[in-house]
Formats: sequence, structure tokens, C-alpha cells
Amino acid sequence: MFEIVEKKVLGPDIKLFRINAPDIAKKAKPGQFVIIRINETGERIPLTINDFDPRQGTITIVFQEVGKTTILLGRLNSGGFIEDLVGPLGRPTEIEDFGKVVCVGGGVGTAVIYPVTRALYQAGNQVIGIIGARNKDLIICEEEMKAFWHRLLITTDDGSKGIHGFVTDALKKILEEEKIDRVIAIGPPIMMKFVAKTTQLFGVKTIVSLNPIMIDATGMCGVCRVNVGGETKFACVHGPEFDGHKVDFDLLIDRLNQYKEEEKIALSTLQD
Amino acid sequence: MEEKELKTKKKIIPHKTKMPEQPPEERIKNFKEVPLGYSEEQAVEEATRCIQCKNRPCVTGCPVEIDIPDFIALIAQRKFVEAARKMKEKNALPAICGRVCPQEVQCESKCTLGKKFEPVAIGRLERFIADWEREKGMVQIPPRPAPRGKKVAVIGSGPAGLTVAADLAKAGFGVTIFEALHKAGGVLVYGIPEFRLPKAIVQAEVDYVKSLGVEIRLNSVIGNLFTIPELLSSGYDAVFIGIGAGGPMFMNIPGENLSGVYSANEFLTRSNLMKAYLFPEYDTPIKRSRNVAVLGGGNVAMDAARTAIRLGAENVYLVYRRSREEMPARAEEVHHAEEEGIIFKFLTNPTRIIGDENGKVKAMECLRMELGEPDASGRKRPIPIKGSEFIMEVDAVIMALGTNANPLLPSTTPGLALNKWGYIIADEETGATSLKGVYAGGDIVTGAATVILAMGAGRKAARAMEKYLS
Repeated sequence: MFEIVEKKVLGPDIKLFRINAPDIAKKAKPGQFVIIRINETGERIPLTINDFDPRQGTITIVFQEVGKTTILLGRLNSGGFIEDLVGPLGRPTEIEDFGKVVCVGGGVGTAVIYPVTRALYQAGNQVIGIIGARNKDLIICEEEMKAFWHRLLITTDDGSKGIHGFVTDALKKILEEEKIDRVIAIGPPIMMKFVAKTTQLFGVKTIVSLNPIMIDATGMCGVCRVNVGGETKFACVHGPEFDGHKVDFDLLIDRLNQYKEEEKIALSTLQD
Repeated sequence: MEEKELKTKKKIIPHKTKMPEQPPEERIKNFKEVPLGYSEEQAVEEATRCIQCKNRPCVTGCPVEIDIPDFIALIAQRKFVEAARKMKEKNALPAICGRVCPQEVQCESKCTLGKKFEPVAIGRLERFIADWEREKGMVQIPPRPAPRGKKVAVIGSGPAGLTVAADLAKAGFGVTIFEALHKAGGVLVYGIPEFRLPKAIVQAEVDYVKSLGVEIRLNSVIGNLFTIPELLSSGYDAVFIGIGAGGPMFMNIPGENLSGVYSANEFLTRSNLMKAYLFPEYDTPIKRSRNVAVLGGGNVAMDAARTAIRLGAENVYLVYRRSREEMPARAEEVHHAEEEGIIFKFLTNPTRIIGDENGKVKAMECLRMELGEPDASGRKRPIPIKGSEFIMEVDAVIMALGTNANPLLPSTTPGLALNKWGYIIADEETGATSLKGVYAGGDIVTGAATVILAMGAGRKAARAMEKYLS
């Protein structure tokens, strides 16, 4: 059992939990994820770690309520417990001084790119941040990240904050104007797909963090297989980060959608 | 001598006492256990078939050397408690072994009675006595030995790990098992289906191991959360690696990443560990497919096929590239699968899986095969028949082609010697690896094998570790 020591509401349906998990907090690195199972009848879902504090022995996760599991998770409160928490899983983000990097966070993916941004900043990179969401209420982590980037651009689909448009619009403009050494993009698959398409035109190495369905997340079941450069990889142990120019995003999206009907059934069983 | 023994005994019943089973037409609609177990009377009847021969060949056929004739004699005398104690001396997990051991190639294959008649049903008696002890609440926790002041870390709570842990705890060592999943039992909980091995029974056996003083830490992925060098420097005096051969194999044919293509590991883990067959009561979903192809011919393929039919499939095809004779599955499993209506497609090899516009499986193309000369495995090599391609309409494909070594732990353990397939190199008699104080056993050493062989390896390693720590 893992205790939730802090709960924050970051936006509509977006919540942050700080969870007591001293062993995981000691080992976690940017880019890694945990598996959560809320209770005895729960499913196992992967959530990328937003932050970790080895001194306090806590890790932080941020999630958007989109299905039964995340809605149930969101109903838990500070002082409550999560049955199972496994991690840190996956390979950490490659962190070094690349020069000038752009970190692109989309929606709740912004929470996940936060530790990556911080580590890249601390490694000496010039960091440009782009965070995007459908509207201003869904823009998260802006304050926390202020200290870790040299420049920040915000985009919203409806123009309610920052640039009216997509993250790719802002990114394209930067790529046209200056030399970028690396782009890291974390967000919905469709966003990462178009970020990768955009950067490919400029030949800029682009890392994306994939979020396929997982069960054990230790390389045993193979449900998280993705196609990277024509090869099948398991996102849980070979990733979750891959070269965005080599990822077959359409396959990822198809595989993410394969339980849509069951997700609806699960949601319908949820009591208010 | 044995012949004489057979002659001197009067009136030997030639056949095993039948064990009642759920009829096929009923059981394909539920996940309850198929064989129902002996009653006391049936067990006594079967136990009296044992002639108590002098040289006890059955014991040599048992990887954990259970004193088989002794516990059978006690059953024949209706001394059930004593029979259970006798068995537990050598086997901490009898309710499991009685169900999933391939007795026909182990103890029962050596039975003296088997020379003329059917052998004694040792497996059924083992299961009976373990179930009797548990159901009657007679499970006795052996007295704790004096602590030896040394600690052992066991990685993996499958059959090998549980055996090592039980043996070393009984010898007075402090034992902690680290398990990656949220439930202990390894393949016994994620792999073997409920209808072959009820999970409540696994839980009871795990609880027994815990009652010996073993601590089990769930949700602990060694290699990530802690490494072996860290365990050794943080108070553990020795480590046993029993992580199984976890990685799934695929065929490398086009279309195998389509939605609806599963590894047997995924399909069985969803159903068994996550209880997806109870969806939506349990949150993990599983597709209720209509036409399912299971690729492979081993026990795991049978488990997957029999799970698919219980999930309501109209047709479940077991697609195997060789013929019936070469199938590695136990005869009993094949028999049960056939009874349940699984359609066997022998000498058939898939060449590609075909998807629809949403990336979902809709068909599979196969080639017919014929058998040629025996290959390195000793089995006749399947050779494709040119131009024999045909299409099977399926909406799910389950690959039960075996497993490979999961590199997650070895890759974080410097100096741990592996063979060319990534399995850990360990001494056959002691389980000793290339690292001092680090032992290994089970599938991560041998490649996919049986529960009882993993337990046998655990037993040997425990003995060696005890010596090492003394």
C-alpha cells in the first residue's frame, strides 16, 4: 500500500498526487514511469513520473481522468492509499549537453516533460519550452518549469492563451529561425507524430515518449510492442523513449484504440 | 524381485481409480477446475493399489524426492494427517505439484505396477492429501528453527523461488522474496489458468511458505528498484535468481503487431493474473473473439486455447506446424482440449496475418507442411508444401511459441555469466553462478521447462546455499 501524501487539482480533470514511495524515489530518473493498480479488481496502467524527491521519499504523478481507472484514481484523496505501485520502469531519458534543445509538452504530457526539462537545463543546455493544450485551463506546470527554461512558448488550440495554434506551429517557427540540436516531445500520440514530421523536415533528432497499453511492464507480455525503424520493440523495457522519426505512430494509435468498446463498458459500471 | 512382488500380491486392480471431472459441455462455460479430486474412499482405494515394493523406483523419478511409498502407505491406513506431514517434509507445494506435474514421465513412469498395469495414480494421491490437509484446516506450521543470523534474497516467487525460500527458512535463514508483480506465485498465477490450478490454492501454498517466516515483497522489480550488487551490499548474504524465462516469442511474420494478436503471455496474464475473464467486475478487459487461432503445440498453447473457448469463442483452432506425435504438450492436456472442442490444425504454418482498415486481425494466411528428416531436436522437420497457401478467417491470433530469457535483471548484474541465448549459466548440481554468493535455477537457467523441474533446481540450490552460508 502506498500513501497519497498530497493531492492537487491542476486543471479540469487533471490531478497531481505526491505518493510515499521511498525506494522508488531513490532510484527514479527523468523519463521513467511507474505502474499503478488502484485496488484488488483494478487494471495495471503506466504513468510517467512527474517528479521524485529522494529526501522526502516521494514521487509525483500527474494524470488526466479519461477512463474508469484514472477517474477512480482521481477520487482518492490525500491520506488515501494506492494498492500497488511498481517502478521505476523503463529506460531514463538520455541527458547530456546537446546544445540548444526544444522540449515540447502537450496536454498532460507537459507534466512528464518537466523532469526532462529540468535535467537538460541542469546539464547545461539552452532550453526552449513549448507547451500546448486545447485551452488555457489545460495548461499545466507553467510555474514549476519557469526556472528550467530559457524561453517559453505557450500554444492553445482555441487561442485562449499564448499563440493560437498547435505546438507544431510554434516549433516550426523556431526551427526555421535557429539551429536546434535536439527536440524532445511528450504528449498525445497524434501530437508526437506531427512534431516528428515537422522536425524531420529540418533533420533535427527528436525523442518521443510512447504510452502504449501495458500489463506487467517488465518485458514479459509484449502488449506494448511498437514498431521503431521496422523493428518490433517493447516500450516498457526498450523505451518508453524512442527516435520519433522511426516510430510508426499509426500502429501505436491503432493499438491504443483496440479496447475502446471495453473502455466504454468499464466506464458505464462506474458509480457516482 | 519386482516381478515376484507383483506375483505374490493378490488381486491387483489393473486401472487407476477414476477421478471425477466436470463434463466438457459444462466446463467450457466456466473457469472452475476440471478434475474434481478424489474422495477419501477413492484415495484409500487407490493407495491400496501400491504394492510397497522394496526398491521404490518412483522416488528416483521425483525431482524433489518425495517419500512416495511412505505417504501412500499412510493414506491406505487412513492416516491422512501423517501422510500430509510426510509429504511436506520434501515438498512445500504439494497441492500445486499434484495438479501440474507431468507424473507420466516422472514418478508414475517408474512405478513397478506400471510394468503390467496402470501405475499408481501418485499425482492424484498427492493432490488429494494436500487438499485434504488444507480443507480440513490441518496445515501445520513446522516449529521455527534457531535463527542462523544470515539473510538470503530470493528474486522471483515462482516454483523455484518458493522452494528455495521454504527450504532455507526451514533451515533457519532469514529469507526475503522479491516479486515484480502484485501477486506472488510467478507462472503459477500469471500463466497457468484457474481451471487447471485454482489461484486460491496457489495463495494457500504461498501463505504456507510465508508461515515458515519468509517475507514476500511484491511490486519489486529487481534490476530497477534494487540491483543484485545492492542487495549483497545491503545485508543479504546470498541471492537466488528464479525469475523464469519471461520474454514472449513472436514469429516475425507480417501483421503480428495488429490488434488481436497476442503473445500467450499477454493473453494468459490478462485472464489469469488480472482476471479479465471476469470483466467488467475486474477492470482489465479481454476481447471476446469468435474465431481464435492459437499457434504452438505445447502446454501453454493448450492453456491458451482452452481459455479462449471459455471466453466464448465459436471456433478455436490450434495451429501446429508438425503432427500430433511431435506435440510437446502433455497427453492429458491434449485430451482435455479435444474434449472441449478445440480444432487441431496439424502440419500448418502461418505465413502472415491480415488486418482490416482499423488495424484489427481479420484473417491469417497459412501454408501446409509435410514432415521430413528429424532435425536437431530429434523431431521430424516440417517442410512447406509449395503453393499450398490458404486463408483462415480469424479475429484473434495467440502466439504460444515458447519464451526467451528476459534481459532486465542480467543486464544490471555485472559479471553474471550468460549463455548465447541469454540464460544464466549455473552449475547443475548447486545452481552456483559466476558470481560468489549468487545462485540461479528454474527457467532462467534451463529455458522453459516444468514447475517441478524448477522446484528441483530450487531444492538443489537451497542445499548448496546452506552449505555456502554455514
